[in-house]
Amino acid sequence: MTTVSMTVNGKKVSADVAPNTLLVQFIRDNLRLTGTHVGCDTSQCGACTVHVNGDSVKSCTMLAAQAEGADVTTIEGLAKNGELHPMQAAFKENHGLQCGFCTPGMIMSAVDLVKRNPNPSEETIRTELEGNICRCTGYHNIVKSVKAAAENMGG
Amino acid sequence: MSVENGIGASVRRKEDQRFITGNGHYLDDMNRAGQAYGYFLRSPYAFAKIKNIDLSAAKSAPGVVDIFTGADMVADGIGGLICGWGITSKDGSPHKAPPHNSMAVDAVRHVGDQVAFVIAETLEQAKNAAELIEVGYEVLTPVTNIAKALAPGAPQIHEEAPGNLCYDWELGDKAAVDAAFANAAHVSKIDLVNNRLSPNPMEPRAALGEYDAGSGELTLHTTSQNPHVARLIMSAFLGIAPENKLRVVAPDVGGGFGSKIFVYAEETTTIWAARKINRPVKWTADRSEAFLTDAHGRDHVTHAELATDNDGKILAFRVSTKANMGAYLSTFASAVPTYLYGTLLSGQYKIPSIYCEVQAGFTNTTPVDAYRGAGRPEATYVVERMMDTAAKDLKMDPTEFRLKNFIQPDAYPYETPVIMTYDSGDYPLAMNLAKEMIDYNGFAARKAQSEANGKLRGIGVAAYIEACGIAPSAAVGSLGAGVGLWESAEVRFNPTGSVTVFTGSHSHGQGHETTFAQIIADKLGVPIDSVEVVHGDTSKVPFGMGTYGSRSLAVGGSAIVKAVDKIVEKSKKIAAHLMEASVEDIEHEHGVFSVAGTDKKLTMGEIAFAAYVPHNYPADLEPGMAENAFYDPLNFTFPAGTHIAEVEIDPATGVVDIVDWAAADDFGNVINPMIVEGQVHGGVAQGIGQALLEGVIYDEESGQLLTGSYMDYCMPRADDLPNFRVATTNTPCPSNPLGVKGCGEAGAIAGPAALMNAIVNAIGKDIDMPATPEKVWRAINSN
Ligand code: FES
Ligand code: FES
Repeated sequence: MTTVSMTVNGKKVSADVAPNTLLVQFIRDNLRLTGTHVGCDTSQCGACTVHVNGDSVKSCTMLAAQAEGADVTTIEGLAKNGELHPMQAAFKENHGLQCGFCTPGMIMSAVDLVKRNPNPSEETIRTELEGNICRCTGYHNIVKSVKAAAENMGG
Repeated sequence: MSVENGIGASVRRKEDQRFITGNGHYLDDMNRAGQAYGYFLRSPYAFAKIKNIDLSAAKSAPGVVDIFTGADMVADGIGGLICGWGITSKDGSPHKAPPHNSMAVDAVRHVGDQVAFVIAETLEQAKNAAELIEVGYEVLTPVTNIAKALAPGAPQIHEEAPGNLCYDWELGDKAAVDAAFANAAHVSKIDLVNNRLSPNPMEPRAALGEYDAGSGELTLHTTSQNPHVARLIMSAFLGIAPENKLRVVAPDVGGGFGSKIFVYAEETTTIWAARKINRPVKWTADRSEAFLTDAHGRDHVTHAELATDNDGKILAFRVSTKANMGAYLSTFASAVPTYLYGTLLSGQYKIPSIYCEVQAGFTNTTPVDAYRGAGRPEATYVVERMMDTAAKDLKMDPTEFRLKNFIQPDAYPYETPVIMTYDSGDYPLAMNLAKEMIDYNGFAARKAQSEANGKLRGIGVAAYIEACGIAPSAAVGSLGAGVGLWESAEVRFNPTGSVTVFTGSHSHGQGHETTFAQIIADKLGVPIDSVEVVHGDTSKVPFGMGTYGSRSLAVGGSAIVKAVDKIVEKSKKIAAHLMEASVEDIEHEHGVFSVAGTDKKLTMGEIAFAAYVPHNYPADLEPGMAENAFYDPLNFTFPAGTHIAEVEIDPATGVVDIVDWAAADDFGNVINPMIVEGQVHGGVAQGIGQALLEGVIYDEESGQLLTGSYMDYCMPRADDLPNFRVATTNTPCPSNPLGVKGCGEAGAIAGPAALMNAIVNAIGKDIDMPATPEKVWRAINSN
């Protein structure tokens, strides 16, 4: 067992975990933050995307121990004071989700994408989201959502 | 008068709030106190006899609670998995449904077949213990390809199915078709492979079984599209528990596309084991297991011929298909290549006679069953590739050839030579709309431009039809279905005016919580925020046949309307009493009840309150305001439309670029246009996936699955797909009270044919799906 400590959604957390515990397992099983999903076992789908020190990361590709001391944000930490993040609001407004399983990871990736590309073209959005698989929407409305959010975020 | 958030409004979805904030409750998000973890040891071989299983080392491994095998379930009197649709062969014999135990008893028949279920305190301990199980296998030669499995001398997979044949089925008038072909001016022919697909909802399957030793009740939480049907099968055929002691709950489910209709071995084993160990047991598939065990889709090999006269009129159509069922017959597998396929081979066309024969057989592969569209994409692919081939042979424009042969808008009801009676539609309208959307007439100029840039350009049309709203019970019963396909609903007013709707449909992305609330808002004037839609729990909903075959709105929505009608009828009596009028004089509109010719009125809320506080109330009327209805439609619904794809291909690389997509779909009336468009986008994306990227591949020699992860199975990603132009034409469906037809599968049905026709049009050669760059490049460079 190793002790890992980090800040998750603004709260300091600490737990004893097996050294091979993945960050996604730590988030889901130890912290019971189940908005972060697991959709694959080969780091391809992006359902597990969270922010580590502000950058989007597939939390199944990283050990919990590697996030020692880091500042982690999950989908549960995105809305502030009960106000949806503009990306969350845009997904709802533009029907950017159906079953919702890919959605938390998709939104976390999209927030990072807009941070790095404040005014993204459709092509940029499609290329940047290549690491997140959605089986329901055909991406059309996801692209629309990200565009709308970027505009609302002042891009 | 129209109502806020009523029928026809693009209401933003109620369910989204929890999904975008990470507060959904998918199965793996749930845990129970004292829960143990299950893990399946699976067969590494495609075909082998099991000589012995030694559990001794594994049982004493750290953390192991217990380990079960197929023999334990058999000894406990648990029956096998079933196929619920009986197909009769040409010779009158019933289809062959060999035994299908939840875990292997004497043989394994595909890679991933369940061999043992290890339960431990942690998942890691269960996995480690599974490695210690010693299985003595006698490895046999497998067969994975359907044509080879049906050929003489193939390995024999089940004793009960000689020659691996499940059935040899036919539909239509063979003699009439033969005669028409004998006299035809032209005969066009085509050979097609409909590639095997893995449905891949993003949420893997999972199960959480609980046993209450006090009440004797079992509760199975599972990723299901139809929990009541799962309960029925587990109760009646497996004997896990009687229906009154078995509760099945499907919480938020992360996509299904058909693959979560079926009753699977892992779910039945999990709930059975929970009682055996008297502890909650949880099993969650990882993606690799999903590839190995979620029922696959399609996998047909087809030869088709079309007879035409000198004017380009179709005379007759004949189709011969071999369908791969996989190693066992899955829950509805037998119906897919027969009554969901052969019956749609008339497409949108007036075809005087049609004959279809289908041989279905077993192979050492994952079972194949319904996947988005189920039989109808296969039918549309055959019909629409055939139409393009014939048009080319006749030197006609493919849209002109189709328009010439369409069933005309005044021809309904139209009886096809393959059982179906189409109830409504306007095929030329949708086709002309799609042509306009994509500027079909401007294609030649765009092609010239592409050629000037060294590129090939193609345009492809698919005019599809589907039979949806899978129901009338009497009709499906006469075709072999083992269940009725009606739907139920209860509309329950709470005393303070809010409404709870219980539906037997199940939402796993379709947005029922919103669409169904819109129906209530529209009909009864209740704000949608005061309407709660409850689904997916056998202990709450009266009964339900579930969601598949684009049936939820047409059948489940109609059941809600029927329950609403009863509410209105009762409310009129209460209103008449309270306003001292006769029932005949009460008029109702959107939840307002008024006395004709006066300004006296009462709202639905006031009447519901009176029904629960019946101080001043009609003497002969029961109090309360809750009604339930079972709705069995009169006919299938027949959504239809035209999709047109335009592609540009780089001959140097074979890469296909989809430059435009136009979809004109007739879904009848539309309740929520935003949701309908989303369904079309998603369907087309899966259709494009099939045509360009996806395909399950087995190594023919070893029977190993070569496409067992997202590294090898190519899922459509954002940068593989275009934007879509989507429009609807709306001829109301006459067979249900909402006039709706269903929209969930259209894109997956039309998509592959439209795109492949475009590619064939661009390169001038036939090619099979998926049209990968390599295949396209080779086709371009072949003679
Ligand atoms: S679960 Fe992390 S990428 Fe799929
Ligand atoms: S919304 Fe279902 S996978 Fe994206």
